Amino acid sequence: MDFMFSAQGLPIVFGVLISISILLYAILDGYDLGVGILLPMDNAEQRDVAISSIGPFWDANETWLVLAVGLLLVAFPAAHSAILKALYLPATLMLIGLILRGVAFDFRAKVKQTRKIVWDYTFKIGSYVTAFMQGFMLGLYVMGLEYNVYSILFATFSGFCVVAAYSLIGSTWLIMKTTEDFQKRAIGWAKRAGVLSALGILTVSLINPLVNQSVLKIWTQLPWAYLYAAIPLLCFFMFILGYLVLSRLPLADDHGASLPFYMVVIVFVCCFLGLSFSFYPYVVPGELTLFEAASAPESLRIILVGSLFVLPFIGGYTVISYYTFRGKAEKLRYY
Amino acid sequence: MFDILILSRIQFAANISFHILFPTITIALGWLLFYFKVRYDLSKHPVWMRAYRFWVKVFALTFALGVVSGITMSFQFGTNWPGFMETIGNIAGPLLAYEILTAFFLEATMLGIMLFGFRRVPSWVHTGATFLVAFGTTMSAFWIIVLNSWMQTPAGFELIDGVVHATDWFAIIFNPSFPYRFTHMLMASSLTVCFLVAGLSAYRIYRGDNKKAPRITLRTAIFSAALLAPMQVFVGDLHGLNTLEHQPQKVAAMEGLWETQKGAPLVLFGIPDKETKTNKFAIEIPKMTSFILTHDFNGEVKGINEFEGKHPPVAPVFYSFRVMVGIGFSMILVAWWCSYSLIRKKALAKPQLCILIAMTFIGWVATLAGWYVTEIGRQPYLVSGVLKTADAVTTIASDNVLFTFILYVTLYIVLLTVYVKTLFLLARKAIEVEEYDLVPPGIIETKSETASEHKVAATANSTTRSIPLTQTKEA
Repeated sequence: MDFMFSAQGLPIVFGVLISISILLYAILDGYDLGVGILLPMDNAEQRDVAISSIGPFWDANETWLVLAVGLLLVAFPAAHSAILKALYLPATLMLIGLILRGVAFDFRAKVKQTRKIVWDYTFKIGSYVTAFMQGFMLGLYVMGLEYNVYSILFATFSGFCVVAAYSLIGSTWLIMKTTEDFQKRAIGWAKRAGVLSALGILTVSLINPLVNQSVLKIWTQLPWAYLYAAIPLLCFFMFILGYLVLSRLPLADDHGASLPFYMVVIVFVCCFLGLSFSFYPYVVPGELTLFEAASAPESLRIILVGSLFVLPFIGGYTVISYYTFRGKAEKLRYY
Repeated sequence: MFDILILSRIQFAANISFHILFPTITIALGWLLFYFKVRYDLSKHPVWMRAYRFWVKVFALTFALGVVSGITMSFQFGTNWPGFMETIGNIAGPLLAYEILTAFFLEATMLGIMLFGFRRVPSWVHTGATFLVAFGTTMSAFWIIVLNSWMQTPAGFELIDGVVHATDWFAIIFNPSFPYRFTHMLMASSLTVCFLVAGLSAYRIYRGDNKKAPRITLRTAIFSAALLAPMQVFVGDLHGLNTLEHQPQKVAAMEGLWETQKGAPLVLFGIPDKETKTNKFAIEIPKMTSFILTHDFNGEVKGINEFEGKHPPVAPVFYSFRVMVGIGFSMILVAWWCSYSLIRKKALAKPQLCILIAMTFIGWVATLAGWYVTEIGRQPYLVSGVLKTADAVTTIASDNVLFTFILYVTLYIVLLTVYVKTLFLLARKAIEVEEYDLVPPGIIETKSETASEHKVAATANSTTRSIPLTQTKEA
């Protein structure tokens, strides 16, 4: 406890808090962005089901992004400024995507029936742009926030990887939340997105240590390398197991329909741990460490006290919300 | 190419002006919905739930726009104003973090239950969720206005090597201008919602909606406005006196007062000219400004010339102030006139309905004008006396800022148009909807309360059969 509140401990604690926020964001907004990317434009009824499956949750899911960026801003202002200035244009495009899909979500249900399709397309495109730009930014971050031909190529590739990964978690969410034809369709999507994601993760995992010497060192340094090796092993084990599960779904009484979703969550955690270990203790790759970028300890202490007090409540009412809307998605009614 | 300072200021102004429109509505509308829900819980009369159902849709749409336009802000602090966090991050940081932790998650999570949970949870849980959403929006306003007020009237800190460090959090939170600004903003939000509710309800009635819900929401809104509008003038006056004490240069700009003088006149209108430092074509009431600000006809009021190099641009502050005050007084007149008719004649005449429809979004204009007064009035400082705006600006290429600015503005114009149109469309849809299946089990509507509704339903039955009885809407 003392260490947590000490000048050495605080940057680490906040680094962990930001990481958890980003991970939760990627999982939670990941599935609703994925549902947006997969939105079936050939079937109006399925679109309604897909959107009502994420309706009660998306607002809170996006809040994790605000928390992650907000904590970065308040705990490591120099890093916030350096990272987001370097990512200014992709971040703006991502924000525009987020704005478009957020409003499309509400407008589609309230405008004239003939206009609904316009907002459905807006929702799909907005989700796609948001996911792609997040991947693009991640790619640039891995490449040290520099703009050259290779880094942009890699970032573009990384953009498509994140689109695939969000589609994967989105399709497994739909498997959990839908029935019959739509569920079968989602299983098909999940298989395809799973293969693409696995290839993407494999490629990024190979390129990252090749371009970043420091990363290579971290992952090959004994004895930690044995421990670290568990992460990619677990990740690809989940992919194989997941594919086997998907091939057997749907089962009678809807058994195992939520399994793929939780397996993808494990994949996300693995990827996230892998990236975090690669860059620790840097917050701006190769330039700024957590300790150099941190705000004054007395201010961080005040935020930490508040966070420790409030986070259990956030967890609590998030559970209430998911419990209230458990089970298969049904048509949402305002009343 | 372009000056990065000007561009960043215009872009930030555009983003935050667009953003503030939506919280201004959701803060007070949340409490109004809570009121509707409590009235329903107490009386079990379905009309309250009908009012709730219509306005919760408006709430959902407005909330979504507020959330997505707000995310932009959390990025811009660092990208366009890095000097802001570098200098005052130790104070702004915890305040922003507390806003996210105590308000954003609460409202965003509970919103799901508030919007879609009515049939899934016990009624009291739904009422509780509505309360928590309203509470969350107010908490969010609390923290952000603490920060803004601190930027206007900083307190409870020390400067070490040019960086602000907190010394007294109580003094920071309850800094001198905070209580006034917070009250003023909450009432601005309430009045904005009063006129929004009155405007859309008047629109429904004007288009022939004889149901009880729009009449009841109209009455609620008009009577509240009749009470709140004069109170807002009083609070605004207190806020002005507080500003006079802490930021006299802002008040001098608001009043268009160039020279320090005893018995200063009230400039009703004029064109401030910064070259000659006079007002052209001024219409003045002698000695009135001295009386308002010092409560003495011959009291001394400081003029802009006293604050060479430390005063805001006069014209925008001067005009915005007149727009805000003008709308404030017009709100009082309209609210009292309509209240009189509602009490005496139980209904509004057509011209009154038309005026209310025209004033649907008038609260937005007044709120924006008020914020322009206080924010432009703080210039050239970002944090009064501590940090100049010019010293906080970014080093991003101005072309990039210009490009993103054009993107944002285009998007905002489209969204604002669609938002306003959709609100009126929702009102028109509500006119056509029959709501008989909304009667909760075991409760029979008495004839006297719903006679007019039955009559309309009977005549409209042949044409509206095809419209589903419950207006089921996802998201």
